[in-house]
Amino acid sequence: MANSPNKISRALQRRENVAGYLFMLPSLIFFVGFVVVPMIICIGYGFTDANMNSKTAATTFVGLKNFIDLWQDETFLLALKNTFLIVVVSVPTVCLFSLWVSSAIYHLKSAALSAFRIIFYLPVITGSVAVTVVWKWMYDNYTGILNYVLKGAGLIEQNINFLGDERFALWCIILILFTTSVGQPIVLYVSALGNVDQTLVEAAEVDGATDIQVFWKVKWPQMMPTTLYILVITTINSFQCFALIQLLTQGGSGTNTVMYYIYYTAFKLTEQRGHFGYANAMGVVLAIFIGILSAIQFKLGKEK
Amino acid sequence: MKLGEKRATPYRVISVIILVILALLFLFPLYWIITGSLKPVTEILNPTPSFFPKEFTLNNFDRLFAKRSAPLWELAVPFSAQFSARHQPIIFSAGPTVPAAIRWLVNTVFMAVAAMLLTCITAAMAGYALAKKRFQGRAILFSLIVCAMALPKQVILIPLIKEISALHMWDSLWAVIVPTVGWPFGVFLMKQFSESIPGEILEAARIDGSSEWHTFYNVVTPMIKPGIGALAIFTFINSWNDYFLQLIMLGSGSNYTISLGIATLQSETSIDLGILMAGAALAAVPIIIVFLIFQKYFTQGITMGAVKG
Repeated sequence: MANSPNKISRALQRRENVAGYLFMLPSLIFFVGFVVVPMIICIGYGFTDANMNSKTAATTFVGLKNFIDLWQDETFLLALKNTFLIVVVSVPTVCLFSLWVSSAIYHLKSAALSAFRIIFYLPVITGSVAVTVVWKWMYDNYTGILNYVLKGAGLIEQNINFLGDERFALWCIILILFTTSVGQPIVLYVSALGNVDQTLVEAAEVDGATDIQVFWKVKWPQMMPTTLYILVITTINSFQCFALIQLLTQGGSGTNTVMYYIYYTAFKLTEQRGHFGYANAMGVVLAIFIGILSAIQFKLGKEK
Repeated sequence: MKLGEKRATPYRVISVIILVILALLFLFPLYWIITGSLKPVTEILNPTPSFFPKEFTLNNFDRLFAKRSAPLWELAVPFSAQFSARHQPIIFSAGPTVPAAIRWLVNTVFMAVAAMLLTCITAAMAGYALAKKRFQGRAILFSLIVCAMALPKQVILIPLIKEISALHMWDSLWAVIVPTVGWPFGVFLMKQFSESIPGEILEAARIDGSSEWHTFYNVVTPMIKPGIGALAIFTFINSWNDYFLQLIMLGSGSNYTISLGIATLQSETSIDLGILMAGAALAAVPIIIVFLIFQKYFTQGITMGAVKG
């Protein structure tokens, strides 16, 4: 008696194994082939001097050289500093802004709610190239509307070359990044507000809590998982800021970021064009930073 | 009824006013693209901008479409380079010669649709297996998928280029499609949706003698349709806008996507804002229309992907 269910379950297990892996197979071909394999190669690559023409030039193992060189490379250090500045500025502003917008639109009628949600999402949908092209025009030194408006308002006297000036260029990029980053957090926060336990909210209101108290004491703790997720995706997004840099300044005016420098080293650098090994080492360093930051955010989120 | 739902406190009135202003600011770049594409060049280059075009013209689009021409459709057969005589991929081409910008649009649509279909099919199957099949190694596989999702995508791109060129796929649309399909977000999303399928129904189908594939196709698929819809629109839009992947994978003009084409125009003719705005409008308007039609599914996809994420 004790044996027979075991036998059945073993046959069943075999059946589940076969079916499970057959269903997984098509997806696994793509996932292993184009995500897992490159991931493994990626780690190995950082330790070599591989370049674009590795077929002709032999790839040699250089140990930690790439990783040591990085910390002597002033361009990399500046790019790293800029990247961190972008992350430090944009992550909190994106989170607070989207939190405020979603709590403000949540009370509106559903048509207005979804209209606002769509509008704040539009810059993401428009696509980074179209968005960048139009912002470049708006920032333009001669024909840009921003200079025109600021001059009209009497805030500036001379036209500012926003993207060519080291004092402004990075902030201009952060502003564009901001408009293309808030869409998803707003959608997420609105749905999180909808999932808040209404009985707790009502109980607090009966007890005479103000709107602000209800928000911070009742709703906010319940939205913590969403906040955590938003923090992580916004951090990753900000770390990967690339298209804006490549299309607006090509890393000039002190706007180089790690992601752009990786691209530049791998594809554009003139002397050692296609230095894949070095570029890869940077990629690994970037991934480690992102990993550490995400882990910290998770830890803090869990403690709260 | 929720308490305090309809109180029009001063705070709420002010916040709505601020929201409307913000919304107008967020809409402005799009408005500026569309009106800019319809303005004559002299008006665009005028230091005193006109908020509404004084004169409408299609001249910018004419000049955009006058640029280089290509056959309407051209496609390299995947892996054909391996067995073709001179290791050149076999290419199908069809249709009349059209302006390059139209070709870019055709390429983009093909890329996004192919990525969408392949992602939906593979992810629906894998998501169902992960949620409902108790096969050995499931837990390890799932945690590998979650780890891969947390990894910044761009970091693996350089080895990916090497791999793609070793497969002779570089500079073809497949080079953009296959990594998009491999990205495990879809599997994760479909697993979330498949969790809600009641086990009894699957059990009943099995007792009725339904084969595994039959059960999946006739019982599971109809139940996870909203999830597949969300994933489809999500993949379509993301693939359309994945500029970085397109930039490093596509090298020659006839394979360009619309984003890449506009970016190249920008570096070639950064003075000619008219053409650029026409190009930007051509890139943005179709995808915005698609988004507006399917935005309910899209929103659902975003929120489902975040649950337990």
